[in-house]
Amino acid sequence: MGKLLSSLDSAIQQIEDGATIVVGGFGLSGIPENLIHALRDKGVKDLTVISNNCGVDDAGLGLLLENRQIKKMIASYVGENKLFEQQFLNGELEVELVPQGTLAERLRAGGAGIPAFYTATGVGTEVAEGKEHKEFDGRTYIMEKGLVGDFAFIKAWKSDPFGNLIYRKTARNFNPVVATAGKITIAEVEELVNIGELDPDEIHTPGVYIQKIFVGNHYQKRIEKLTTTNA
Amino acid sequence: MSRQQILERAVKEIQDGMCVNLGIGMPTLIANMIPGDLNVMLQSENGLLGIGPYPNKDEVDPDLINAGKETVTAKAGASFFDSAESFAMIRGGHIDLAILGGMEVSEKGDLANWMIPGKMVKGMGGAMDLVQGAKRIVVIMDHVNKHGESKVKKSCTLPLTGKNVIHCLITDLAVFQFSESGMELIELQNGVTIEQVKSNTEADFTVSSSLEIKG
Repeated sequence: MGKLLSSLDSAIQQIEDGATIVVGGFGLSGIPENLIHALRDKGVKDLTVISNNCGVDDAGLGLLLENRQIKKMIASYVGENKLFEQQFLNGELEVELVPQGTLAERLRAGGAGIPAFYTATGVGTEVAEGKEHKEFDGRTYIMEKGLVGDFAFIKAWKSDPFGNLIYRKTARNFNPVVATAGKITIAEVEELVNIGELDPDEIHTPGVYIQKIFVGNHYQKRIEKLTTTNA
Repeated sequence: MSRQQILERAVKEIQDGMCVNLGIGMPTLIANMIPGDLNVMLQSENGLLGIGPYPNKDEVDPDLINAGKETVTAKAGASFFDSAESFAMIRGGHIDLAILGGMEVSEKGDLANWMIPGKMVKGMGGAMDLVQGAKRIVVIMDHVNKHGESKVKKSCTLPLTGKNVIHCLITDLAVFQFSESGMELIELQNGVTIEQVKSNTEADFTVSSSLEIKG
């Protein structure tokens, strides 16, 4: 079926300056580490990146900030990153802050062919400024638009060669909606299994959304905040 | 000490059978105080319903974190889901209670808790979705800031997270509830007088006739 990549070079080669890339993950959990590294190495500039967070100073999407490859960031929370602050205050980086649920739904809608939807989230706040307001059954909502990127980068646990995916625990987070919201979606996975090995009842993302699959051979899976019981 | 009073009062908001979202920071500490005989499912908006205790060292799993990016466990009966599903359950009114921190609260029940202009903007995360979607919103915060100024205002000066969204405010001085008729003082914290609350509150509020004076 030709979705399997032996290296990320050819896939990354298609990405040009100014592209919009949607990236899965929450904090550093479930991020497509190898794809981010490959994008950093290719060095394309002026990217618009859509992702819940922007990594930390030396990991995740923070690596693209460090390399000054991001022109605009669309995210819900960017508070773990000094480089981000610095580039934002210098005017080098444009930022659109989107409430987390609205971000997830904008990606879901974009991937599902829904151009816009109404939500109460953000009504009466800065987020609502300039947006259409509409009342349904006595409650006010604002219109939010669907989002789609030129490319979507996601990380899954297991894939078959068709790109049927299973995620692991909370590393799932934004990945399934991001998978649907790319014109070209590249999934990097920890493990490739044979066709027919995944129980169809347990597949989280059907392979139709996935154009390319890469099996990463190393995952750092850095932990942002290690919290343990004193047992 | 004042923080402990706030938390002890906040945990009483949690009832058996509830699905509850605890905000990042101080509200997260409430998790450890929920009585063991209550069957409660804690939701983490990154995709977990049924947060368990922090893991011991051998159980730590980078694929299992809470919304504050802390390593956690999943308790029996827990489920994992994606971010769109997570906010569908929040926005759709399926979460019974959210307990959130606050920077300012107004007498109309407005909440500001995500941004201080002029300082770095970190982002609202899931707070704006939670205040609009959860069935009941409880805010916990100190009554005054470090300069002694009231954080309980006639109207918020900081950018809002939500307008007219708070049901209950718990501070180190008192507990208020919000309704169509305004903001009402319903409880005093240990050793606090009504006069003390009045002198530390910029907002206008009424005093409940059944005010419980703790002693």
